[in-house]
Amino acid sequence: MAQSSSVGPVGAAVGYRPSATLPFRAEFRRQASRRRTQLALGFMVLLPLIILIAFQFDSGGDDDNGRGEFASLVDLATSGGLNFTLFSIFVSSSFLLVVVVALFCGDTVASEASWGSLRYLLAVPVPRARLLTVKLVVALVYSALALVLLAGTALLAGTLRYGWSPLRSQVAAELAPGEGLVRLLAVLGYLAVILLVVAGLAFLLSVTTDAALGAVGGAVLLWILSSILDQITALGGLRAFLPTHYSSAWLGLLSTPVQTDDVVRGAISAIAYATLFWGLAFWRFTRKDVTS
Amino acid sequence: MRSPLPVARIRRALAGRPRRLVAAVVVVVLVAAALVWAARPDRTGFRTESALVTVRSGPAGDQPVDLDTTLYLPDDASARHRVPAVLLAHGFGGTKESVRSDAEDLAARGYAVLTWTARGFGRSGGEIHLDSPDYEVRDAERLLDRLAARPDIRLDAAGDPRVGVVGGSYGGGLALLLAAQDRRVDAIVPMITWNDLSRAFLPESTGKGPTEGVFKKGWAGIFFGGGGNAGSGPAGLSGTAAAQPEGAPASAGAPSPQPGAGPGTGPGRAPAGAADPSCGRFAADVCAAYLRIATTGRADGPAVDLLRRSSPAGVLDRITAPTLLVQGEADTLFPLTEADANARGIAAAGTPVRVAWFTGGHDGGAGPTSDSDRVKFLTAQWLDHYVKGDGAAPGDSFTFSRIAGFDALDRGLVATGFRTADYPGVTGQVRREVTLAGPAQAVANPPNGNPAAISSVPFAGALGSLLDGVAGDIPGQHARFESEPLADPVDVVGAPTVRIRAASATGEAVLFVKLYDVDPQGGATLPDGLVAPVRLTGLPRTVEEARPVPVTLPAIVRRVEAGHRLRVVVATSDQAYATPAEPAVHTVALGDGPLVLPTVDATPIPTTATVWRWVLAGLLAAIAVGLVVVVLVARRRHRRQDSSIHPAYAGVPLAVRNLRKEYADGFVAVSDVDFEVRPGQVVGLLGPNGAGKTTTLRVLMGLTQPTAGEIYVFGHRLVPGSPVLSRIGALVEGPGFLPHLSGLENLRAYWRATGRPWADAHFDEALEIAGLGDSVHRRTKNYSHGMRQRLAIAQAMLGLPELLVLDEPTDGLDPPQIAEMRRVLQRYATDGRAVLVSSHLLAEVEQTCTHAVVVNKGRIVASGPVEEIVGESPSVLFDVSDPDAARGVLDRLAGVRVLPDGDGGLVVDTNGTARSEVVAELVRAGIGVDRVVPRRRLEDAFLALVGENSRGSGDR
Repeated sequence: MAQSSSVGPVGAAVGYRPSATLPFRAEFRRQASRRRTQLALGFMVLLPLIILIAFQFDSGGDDDNGRGEFASLVDLATSGGLNFTLFSIFVSSSFLLVVVVALFCGDTVASEASWGSLRYLLAVPVPRARLLTVKLVVALVYSALALVLLAGTALLAGTLRYGWSPLRSQVAAELAPGEGLVRLLAVLGYLAVILLVVAGLAFLLSVTTDAALGAVGGAVLLWILSSILDQITALGGLRAFLPTHYSSAWLGLLSTPVQTDDVVRGAISAIAYATLFWGLAFWRFTRKDVTS
Repeated sequence: MRSPLPVARIRRALAGRPRRLVAAVVVVVLVAAALVWAARPDRTGFRTESALVTVRSGPAGDQPVDLDTTLYLPDDASARHRVPAVLLAHGFGGTKESVRSDAEDLAARGYAVLTWTARGFGRSGGEIHLDSPDYEVRDAERLLDRLAARPDIRLDAAGDPRVGVVGGSYGGGLALLLAAQDRRVDAIVPMITWNDLSRAFLPESTGKGPTEGVFKKGWAGIFFGGGGNAGSGPAGLSGTAAAQPEGAPASAGAPSPQPGAGPGTGPGRAPAGAADPSCGRFAADVCAAYLRIATTGRADGPAVDLLRRSSPAGVLDRITAPTLLVQGEADTLFPLTEADANARGIAAAGTPVRVAWFTGGHDGGAGPTSDSDRVKFLTAQWLDHYVKGDGAAPGDSFTFSRIAGFDALDRGLVATGFRTADYPGVTGQVRREVTLAGPAQAVANPPNGNPAAISSVPFAGALGSLLDGVAGDIPGQHARFESEPLADPVDVVGAPTVRIRAASATGEAVLFVKLYDVDPQGGATLPDGLVAPVRLTGLPRTVEEARPVPVTLPAIVRRVEAGHRLRVVVATSDQAYATPAEPAVHTVALGDGPLVLPTVDATPIPTTATVWRWVLAGLLAAIAVGLVVVVLVARRRHRRQDSSIHPAYAGVPLAVRNLRKEYADGFVAVSDVDFEVRPGQVVGLLGPNGAGKTTTLRVLMGLTQPTAGEIYVFGHRLVPGSPVLSRIGALVEGPGFLPHLSGLENLRAYWRATGRPWADAHFDEALEIAGLGDSVHRRTKNYSHGMRQRLAIAQAMLGLPELLVLDEPTDGLDPPQIAEMRRVLQRYATDGRAVLVSSHLLAEVEQTCTHAVVVNKGRIVASGPVEEIVGESPSVLFDVSDPDAARGVLDRLAGVRVLPDGDGGLVVDTNGTARSEVVAELVRAGIGVDRVVPRRRLEDAFLALVGENSRGSGDR
């Protein structure tokens, strides 16, 4: 057996630096190797293609896509790549993306706890705040990746199939493709901000439970609860405090001129909630006894 | 039960679970807050007095009429604190109830608000004279008298109350006429009302008078129906009005321009003697005039005179009360030009006038929230300054708004407000010219105006006219003239003008000129459904001979985007208007001039959105600052952390001092543990299940905070996350691997997480110890328990840490592997390294370890070198044929003592006496000795514990 290494500063082993533990790359690879990551990201690529194929079955003559100003998104979906992307985002924003973000952010700590590998990371020792930071950043990167994959695939497939046409919606006049792309990116950006609430909630649950399913499911359930409460107009002004209240404000980004009022308020709401949840998560995790 | 036990238990529970207590308190507070919010009493702050009062009016002031009134009086109004008053008039077809919410808002602002149901409506008596100066206006004068007589209303002079008059539509007309007739009025806010009633109902856009006007039959019919027998209005109309999203009176808040609740909504009480079914509650002269106009589609002189009597147009120079004119853009009944005429007339007399346009109106209701908020603000500002005497002079800046699109959340319209210093009128500040093109076209006038184009539907709301885009021009009945796509956008604010030529065999034609905004896809939008009716006379037979006629199009506020075209349509029919019944064919062509679009240079009104933007920026900044502060504090705390080396333990791999761990529920897992692991030692932490071994190791690994005591690793104080932990390799509470990775990948992933150099890991040696062979490339989820255990030990040894801590390392291993593990551990504890092994198996500790620490129930019961503990103890186990006899023999031996232990055999403390001597003595006494087994100290200690009680100590 070889002679062990000599001693580094503050009594640490040679080569050990707290800030070098659990590098982002390492955590990124840890998560990338997981089947659920691959499946979730793969589905993000697959979904636009499935929608595309489904539109091929359009028999025509049936335009009963419901009423309201926004049913037009469905009708316009096949008018061009940008509109197809918009439609793909529209159908996935209310639930699918929520689940995916909750999966990435809710599973990350809880699953390590359930495997028992969390205590070995803490014994490395990876400082707890660093562990959380790295895990959170990587989870957010994967969430963003999912969003980008979904939009990117939809844009690519939609453009190949339906062409590079202006962005149309009945909310506003037609937008030139360049302008439309900018709007689309703004919509994606706003969605990403809104989903921070889910990310925050799922992450907070993730550090409080050892059951990954509990964290993911809990975050999705609370999101749904908030959406239901938001439908109850009797709550009046209280609804503005629900994290989901501004979740569809991105539609305002499609109008001309762009309506940013609700977008700004939604961003404030989402960032405030996310900060609160993440703050609680860090506060809790850096103090708790890890017994799993 | 009076025993103190439950109390003590509760106290303990409360003390032991502060977190739950806090959570419970938070929940209770939240629920209570929600209940209080839900059950909070409605805002009052004022009281109401309803009364049916009789006033005398009419030309001679001697005709009594009953008026249904409600006075909203602020609670603090009294003779010593007199309050200013507001006379709040309702719209046509409404009652005092239509303006209740507005009245409540004003009352909350400190005004005494008098609302009443105008004569001819609801419970009030009398007939409808259309805001006649002799009737409705005089009624209102009498109401002013009543206000002046009250002890709690502020007076300017005896009999002259401090009063503002506010009203929309019919009520707005009353406000203007009252202010012209009665100098006691201090300020007025007429909304969406008329200047000249005859022009409003008989408009003509080339500048001809009402006798040449085109009858606005749609609106006229609705109003005539609304003033008829209560409840007998056109079916569904009252419903339409009530269902208007923006127009519902109750939803609109402070002085909101309301067209009225629509006909028939008031608590109907047909006045006694409403004999004529064709007139309903209309006064006979009004009714007769309407019947004449509606029959012919033309107004005669007396009818126009009657309507002009009810119009402010002729009396504007008598208005001295400062006037805030609020007019709706979505208003086909009283368009913006009516307010424009009022504004110019009043301003000419030197009276302060302010004009505001909003996106609602008789068609658009109260408009989007931002608009109704602006109107409320302007109204309150106006009244506060000119009636209450609060606040600075509002100034005379002109504000207007433009529909900006749909609200994504509320599914309503969104309006952007604009402001400019001076009121530019409807002709704009700057005029932009757009050239139209199109050949002369023949258009047919349909007989009896049917089928007719639909440009607007009264009360349908702005949404419909905006969304539907194409307003249904009938082929063959309209001519189109279009511009090229605009190079850049143009913001039209005001009334565009265009010149057309027309020819007809009949010599005259009624035409409707409209301006469409046509998007690049061909979708045409008629802004707010507004059309300009013209009646052309003396027309030549061919269009070549025709003279161009200037047509003033309706005033609009609209942004025409770049790339859009402008289209002027000249149609022969419109459902909202009465057209000649005779069929005819006219020819229409463009005149000699361009289309002139008025524009206004205005700046957007900052909204709360700007504030929110700052809030967002502030929030982000606060988060950034907060993060920096947290990081700095953490760094500082980290730097302050004791990094000194305790000199006494500098060379000691592990020193545990008075360790105590008490869990949140009060359970003491470790009460006082104190031991050392020195270089070269393999120390066994021995104890039964639940003795506190695992808790000790958890603290040692920084997973759990100790309640008291310290741990030193090479002299460094160990706390969770201490860097010195990097010199410890651990297996605690079983292996923990990523199930989807192979054994080797797991080890690599672990080492990657340490961030230490790859070469320091010594993978080969670790893998050799794991001894997994090719299985190291299989996924760990398929591993057996033993394989995982070996991989976990290998992981603990990665980097060859100076202290190896293994919790039950042989768990799951087979005997040869256990033997191998022993050798590995003994070999490992060389070169200054040390190993700490926890086990509940005596034999394992005995065979593997150099030193042992025996713990039970969280305390150390024995510790020292294994040889020392294991070494021969003075006690011996004797298996004898006759224990009782043997006991007697042994008791006689000096110093020898029989211990009260041993089943079947005798445990004897020989206390220095040689075993051979004791055996000889027994044999001598004739007792057969089967076995003599020397006892060892460790076993003694351990069995004493286990024998005592190995159950019920719980998991530690």
